[in-house]
Amino acid sequence: MSQLSESIRGLGASGPLRRMPRANVERIATVVVLGWAMGFMLWQGAGFTITLTTIFAIWAILAVSLNLVVGFTGLLSVGHIGFFGIGAYTMAILASDASYDQLRTESIPTPDWPFFAALPICIALAGLVALGVGIVFNRFRDDIFVLVSFGFAIIAFSFFLNLRELTRGAFGIHEIPRPAFGSWALDGEVEFLVFALICLALVVLICWLIVTSSFGRVLTAIREDEEAIAVFGYRVTHFKLAVWVLSAMMAGLAGALLASWTSFIDPNSFILLESMLLIAIVILGGLATIWGSLLGAMAFVLLEEGMRFLPFLPPEFVGQARQVVLGVLLVVLMLFRPQGLVGRYRL
Amino acid sequence: MNASSDVSLELTDIAVHYGAVRALDGVSLGVSQGEAVAVMGPNGAGKSTVLKAIMGLAPVVAGEVHWRGRRLEAETHEIVKEGICFVPQGRRVFTHLSIEENLEMGCLYLADEVEKRRRLESVVELFPILHGKRRDMASQMSGGQQQMLAIGRGLMGNPDLLLLDEPTLGLAPIVVGEVFEKVREISDRLETTILIVEHNIKGVLEIVDRGYVLDKGRIVHEGTPDSIRETNILTDVFLGRVNPEQYEGEIGQL
Repeated sequence: MSQLSESIRGLGASGPLRRMPRANVERIATVVVLGWAMGFMLWQGAGFTITLTTIFAIWAILAVSLNLVVGFTGLLSVGHIGFFGIGAYTMAILASDASYDQLRTESIPTPDWPFFAALPICIALAGLVALGVGIVFNRFRDDIFVLVSFGFAIIAFSFFLNLRELTRGAFGIHEIPRPAFGSWALDGEVEFLVFALICLALVVLICWLIVTSSFGRVLTAIREDEEAIAVFGYRVTHFKLAVWVLSAMMAGLAGALLASWTSFIDPNSFILLESMLLIAIVILGGLATIWGSLLGAMAFVLLEEGMRFLPFLPPEFVGQARQVVLGVLLVVLMLFRPQGLVGRYRL
Repeated sequence: MNASSDVSLELTDIAVHYGAVRALDGVSLGVSQGEAVAVMGPNGAGKSTVLKAIMGLAPVVAGEVHWRGRRLEAETHEIVKEGICFVPQGRRVFTHLSIEENLEMGCLYLADEVEKRRRLESVVELFPILHGKRRDMASQMSGGQQQMLAIGRGLMGNPDLLLLDEPTLGLAPIVVGEVFEKVREISDRLETTILIVEHNIKGVLEIVDRGYVLDKGRIVHEGTPDSIRETNILTDVFLGRVNPEQYEGEIGQL
């Protein structure tokens, strides 16, 4: 037993993988994940690849935006899923087809807006809620911040489930339209994928501009030492609030994309477990690195969707097994590579 | 101390309480323009709290801080813009940023890039050890180099008053001398007013114009380095042989 623990210690956080130069680990991780993705796509063919890549784009937007808060600024938020849900529900309520018979049991207002009219509202509303919540959350740090963000995720879920006059509760909202430019609707899977990838590219660009600017350097400094940066004349609370709101707006965009792509949403897409999975992606990829979030999201999607094809796993256990595997993967990662695949910091 | 025209910084009857703990209890001190003044005392005397009270980082329950005749009531980030810079204890450089980025943090709010560059060159000139390492990460520096960086970062704000909190803490004896030399150079060459909190009594008395001795949250002595050396006050406070109550009247007359 002692030999076993000795070996784990040897391989673990102080072991060879931990000590390997960052650039080498980055290269290996990138080659492995991209190779895995290529192999999987060649095996499964174009149709599934398109689906998989669309899921990746949505999760990647979420992961990159959450990394701004968790990785770059050091605020461990588990409430990001709430903003994702606000974006999705706003799109669903504003854009769902008014002519659709909403099961009659629960009718909601359906303004029947086009996707592109609703999209700015989804983003703005997520930002507005983040602003309100952030003003309160700015008082908290560290573990207390985790707890209050946890509370936000629960409150958001409760709203989605119980505000039936707007959300139809557990029935969910159907017939959410795809984006359309005039008469040209992005109904096809490929068109939607291209649109989702453009959105992802925009989010990545914005995040890159943020983290490479002086604003981004202040975020890094806040992460390292909030008090030290305050004595140089920075209003730390303003910086934290700004990045929190920006991140929430990006999550709102991801939510709107999800609602439009699946054409149906219900509260189950925004449970706390999803928030945990999202945190897992960010940690898996690495804190304070945009590339890490993209890799993490890709690895997560491949893992999650790939498990459907394991021959020895009955379909009814796939969902639970995915969570178990992801949990085990995180434990292993924390043992051997606590800063994630290409991360700069440990959690 | 009475308010006078040449007094830049003046603390009057400052009291700081952390719950039931009275960290400062009626502290009054003054620093004149261009002066280098030390605050000395044993651990827990409240030395660092004096600086934090000035910077708005400590809960001041009574008393006033005046800077150039105006009362300082602003929040920390605004106090910096009054020309006061605080170099906190433990260096606290940003290890994931490069040396140049760390220095820029001292005046990132400054829009004038030319002025920013000028300040950067001036700081690097003052600390040649930083020259040629600008792109290196701060984490790669030794403790002494990090302390130079921390002071340099403070100077980037072009302060009129520099508050230094234990700048030699945890440094090798050979580096301690270098740090003190630099502090004296800043005072002499840049004519920056300095209030330094220091545990290295011998070293700090070599570079300051005056000093205050603090014990249990109260000032028990004030004077020039020579007058402090002549008394046994420092030995007494470090050995716990001082009752601050007995000094109240004496300090009031200084």
